[in-house]
Amino acid sequence: MTVEPAAATIAVEPPLALLAELTHRCPLRCPYCSNPLSLERGGAELDAAAWKRVLSEAAALGVLQVHFSGGEPLVRRDLIGLVGHAAQIGLYGNLITSGIGLDAARISALAEAGLEHVQLSLQDSEQVRGDRVAGLAGAQAQKHRAAQMVREAGLPLTINAVVHRQNLDRLSEIVELALALGADRLEIAHVQYYGWALPNRAALLPSRDQLDRATALVEAARVRLKGVLTIDYVVPDYYARRPKACMGGWARRFLNVTPAGNVLPCHAAETLQHLHFPNVAEASLAHIWYSDPVFARFRGTRWMPEPCRSCERREIDWGGCRCQAFALTGDDSRTDPACALAPDHVLLAVARDDATRPTPDFIFRQFAGRSGPSPEFAS
Amino acid sequence: MSAGRTVVRGASVLRFALHAKFRFDEVRQAWVVLAPERLLLPDEQAVAVLRLVDGVLDADAIIDALSREYEAPPDVVGADVLPMLQDLVDKRVLRE
Repeated sequence: MTVEPAAATIAVEPPLALLAELTHRCPLRCPYCSNPLSLERGGAELDAAAWKRVLSEAAALGVLQVHFSGGEPLVRRDLIGLVGHAAQIGLYGNLITSGIGLDAARISALAEAGLEHVQLSLQDSEQVRGDRVAGLAGAQAQKHRAAQMVREAGLPLTINAVVHRQNLDRLSEIVELALALGADRLEIAHVQYYGWALPNRAALLPSRDQLDRATALVEAARVRLKGVLTIDYVVPDYYARRPKACMGGWARRFLNVTPAGNVLPCHAAETLQHLHFPNVAEASLAHIWYSDPVFARFRGTRWMPEPCRSCERREIDWGGCRCQAFALTGDDSRTDPACALAPDHVLLAVARDDATRPTPDFIFRQFAGRSGPSPEFAS
Repeated sequence: MSAGRTVVRGASVLRFALHAKFRFDEVRQAWVVLAPERLLLPDEQAVAVLRLVDGVLDADAIIDALSREYEAPPDVVGADVLPMLQDLVDKRVLRE
């Protein structure tokens, strides 16, 4: 007699959210950008008609929320039309932006088109340091103005602060700045090490001591600011005992469409270069979600090796992050090395040693073919 | 928007925050709450509460209505409903 584990027959439910990466173009050059190292140029981007079709297919499939992201979505001149289309078909629209290039007329038009929420990135609490990480002089000041414009347009504001070795000691100031900017919500996210962050890991990974102080600070701030400022905290799994349930599990809740129309189960999935991801020009989102082999590849628990396969947490963390497993071990079906039970867990100890060494220079995000340090911050 | 925390009491009249949407999803055949960076799939009891949140009824009136509907004592119903409303206020889904 064989007893199939319940998870082996897991039903595929409709996705909850779509990350619409409208472009990879961005005025900023953050060295932890989650875009791939090989950036898509403007000419390869889906046009407005294709995006509207994608949004309609997403809504019909059961997607409830759409995150307009990039790169910097504001560089798309057709953004207001896309936001309006999403609102008309019942999608809850969120704009994930650097704030660079926002003006009062544009944010009013976006609000009028039905945008529901703005998520504004913040690199630091201090102007000079913020501008340095953003790779753009004047960026921090523009962000402060953008926050004010979002509030004046009557939209809820989330500040998205990516934290790392070089700004974590100012976390208290970052919380105060989020309050001063009128945020309803603050997302404090430790850098995740794929995309541009992986080659910059030695410049970004915090020390254990920094991390512990930051975590204690967040816990105290959450109590103090309950009902005033919601604080979400994404811990760095390089110091965790168990991996994060990346995207709530591969192809379980989210899908991502890249500027060129490739459909991914998460925004980092193209780092799995040996996989062929489908394109919106080839098939509908529904067909891709329910039938594409690459979406089925790591869905559920059947693909899992040991120790995941028999682990009681297999439907909690879903084996962790496939991209991280591949980036660190070269095999996308290994247990995420972030798990203390993983055979490759020692790789994280090696990486954590980086956090005790002198901080190297950043490699700033840039399109292929350009080289050299950021012009504004050449040292 | 960094005012103080709203504490839910019996006399609190609540409504959905401007950017929180409570709607029926045809694909899932279920009620959903959409809010900034939040997506809640309320269970049947929570839906029964949320359908009474209309900016007119106060929390006591909601509890009374539910206690009649489910034939349960108001203090028992209130012990479930008030913390749920407080939680949704803290999450900025509901407001006074």
